Amino acid sequence: MYQYDDHDRRIIIERAQQFRGQVARRLSGEITEEEFKPLRLQNGLYMQLHAYMLRVAIPYGLLSSTQVRRLADIARKYDRGYAHLTTRQNIQYNWPKLGDVPSILDDLADVEMHAVQTSGNCVRNITSDPFAGIAPDELEDPRPYCEIMRQWSTFHPEFANLPRKFKIAVTGTPGEDRAAVRFHDIGIRIVENAAKERGFEVLVGGGMGRTPHIGAVIREFLPKRHLLSYMESILRVYNLHGRRDNKFKARIKILVVALGVEEFRRRVEEDWEATKTPELELPDAEVARVTKFFAPPAYEKLPASADQLTALSLGRDRELGNWIKNNVVGHKVPGYSAVVISVKMPGVPPGDVSDTQLDAIAGVADRYSFGHVVVTHTQNLVLPDVKTSDLAKLHAELVELDLGKANVGKLTDVITCPGLDYCDLANARSIPLSLEIAERFDRIDYLNDVGDVSIKISGCINACGHHHVGNIGILGIDKRGEEFYQLMLGGSPGNDASIGKILGAALPQDAIVDAVEKVLDRYLVVRESADERFLDTVRRVGFEPFRQAVYGDALFGAAAEKGAE
Amino acid sequence: MQIIRKREITEDDFVHVPDGAPLPEGGKPIVTLARYTAERDALLARYSALGVRVPPDKLPSDIPDLARLALVALEFPKFTEGRPYSIARQLRDRHGFEGELRAVGWVLRDQLRYMERCGFDAFELKPGKPLESALEAFGELQLTYQAAADDPRPIYRRR
Repeated sequence: MYQYDDHDRRIIIERAQQFRGQVARRLSGEITEEEFKPLRLQNGLYMQLHAYMLRVAIPYGLLSSTQVRRLADIARKYDRGYAHLTTRQNIQYNWPKLGDVPSILDDLADVEMHAVQTSGNCVRNITSDPFAGIAPDELEDPRPYCEIMRQWSTFHPEFANLPRKFKIAVTGTPGEDRAAVRFHDIGIRIVENAAKERGFEVLVGGGMGRTPHIGAVIREFLPKRHLLSYMESILRVYNLHGRRDNKFKARIKILVVALGVEEFRRRVEEDWEATKTPELELPDAEVARVTKFFAPPAYEKLPASADQLTALSLGRDRELGNWIKNNVVGHKVPGYSAVVISVKMPGVPPGDVSDTQLDAIAGVADRYSFGHVVVTHTQNLVLPDVKTSDLAKLHAELVELDLGKANVGKLTDVITCPGLDYCDLANARSIPLSLEIAERFDRIDYLNDVGDVSIKISGCINACGHHHVGNIGILGIDKRGEEFYQLMLGGSPGNDASIGKILGAALPQDAIVDAVEKVLDRYLVVRESADERFLDTVRRVGFEPFRQAVYGDALFGAAAEKGAE
Repeated sequence: MQIIRKREITEDDFVHVPDGAPLPEGGKPIVTLARYTAERDALLARYSALGVRVPPDKLPSDIPDLARLALVALEFPKFTEGRPYSIARQLRDRHGFEGELRAVGWVLRDQLRYMERCGFDAFELKPGKPLESALEAFGELQLTYQAAADDPRPIYRRR
């Protein structure tokens, strides 16, 4: 993985020092809380309902075991013994004290980590495919470009006060988007043109939040050397023309819709033609330098995995078999597999990991996966490089650690935002729903029968739980002071991107998980075969069977009216 | 009034002239873009050093005869205002403006370094904010990654 040189290291140390001074000036009253807010936000420090929250950047989700151990230390020393994996491949602490934050940043800087630009109206942590570098279907590893853009966006002086936050994602697998690039302010796909040259397809204006949009292609093929100059021009047009009068209309997607993608593209291209200097061009040598850091580890020469995987998944140990089927992912190197460690289990809010689990994960990463761990946007962890012959042993260890759940991509692998339990924006709690789902459907046969289905829960329309792209999306709303939930179906973040639609009238908390169960039971009845995924069934049969299942015939008229909104 | 110019505290030799107020006999006035647009020829003929104050919703192309101005003051109605950073870069990089580029309005110490990197070289801090300690901001974050108005080379041409 990327190793800091002296330049990178000093920047992060200087930043930690700078923030110590900013905190001191806030505590002395030299700057007001209002003036301090953007400063602390660009250091990942939010004011939550009960306390500060510190969000630590994990560039493209990749961690070394040393970093994982440091994250465990911080959870122990400054928090309540746990940390929370976020939907942007970051990690956050929910209970740090303001006075401790500069010391936490020092501890992070020690292991080449920071909290820079994890919030605020700036370019945020750049995300990618959690299987980057190992996916068999990958065209090219996107992480070197993520790292190049991480450096470019870090303390970019021109783009630190954008109209609103700005999120970029990159995928190197044109055939299978595991980074939801169509739902980012900028999405980048590494593609090959007719002349077999590699470049970038650039999408702009995707996003979730109040008004979900699927990103539009602004450039079909951008030669690699122009990556940064083109990013600058997009950001500049947005910075100059994005709305600043209403924070709910300030994201780039609103500008792209208002101008129309043609006019937006024209403005970008006009700026780009005038500002793409030779200096800005990305030299091959720099790409090569950064790419070297992501060179494959010292894989052994091993026979292909297929037979072993079949034997393991059909073996007598059913628990292991299910885990192999659900949590193990193909690897481009023969004899190796990627393992998704599910942290989703009954009784634990999705994404929460304890300090002892983090330490243990660092240990298994060292023993089984070249010391690397990846955070996924589905709030789980990946061990990217496990020998297939080690899988049974690894599984046994994970079960001991309470990390052996075989539910990846299944019903109980729920994504949620922190919701009203932590967040002062939320209208409703989301964690209790996910706990109820985890509890109620904790039956492996049922999970396997229902198959691949994603449930995503947001506690408010800001959509941090990505409910728009859940196959089943749940949105918390406030109805005269009571928590209600809207049920949405049909969302997908991938190459077949779609935005879920509301099924019917919002439901109270005690009815929403029942409704999910009714939807799933109806799916089991109406699907063409066990091979037809939930999403495909919804797309084929439409909403009517599910409306009837949830609302019954009597309510159908009213529900349909509401659902058509 | 004191300002920061080229990283030093100095007495301001320009005078802001609000719309409707009488113009000074001589000296270096800063007039609004509206007034400048209306009375450009007379103003340029009368003053050898003229400054224009530009609100954040205007672009460099809205400022005629840019090369004849001694100073452009970009307004920050709020400290979170971000447009002047891009306007400053355009003035310096695309339009080759070489006069004084001044940040005025709700200008705070923690923005100075970013402003300077975008091409600002003079700063009127928000009234009441200390100038002396604000100079320390220029010593923070010395190392950079990007090309900006201060250096056209990104880090990969400097490593």
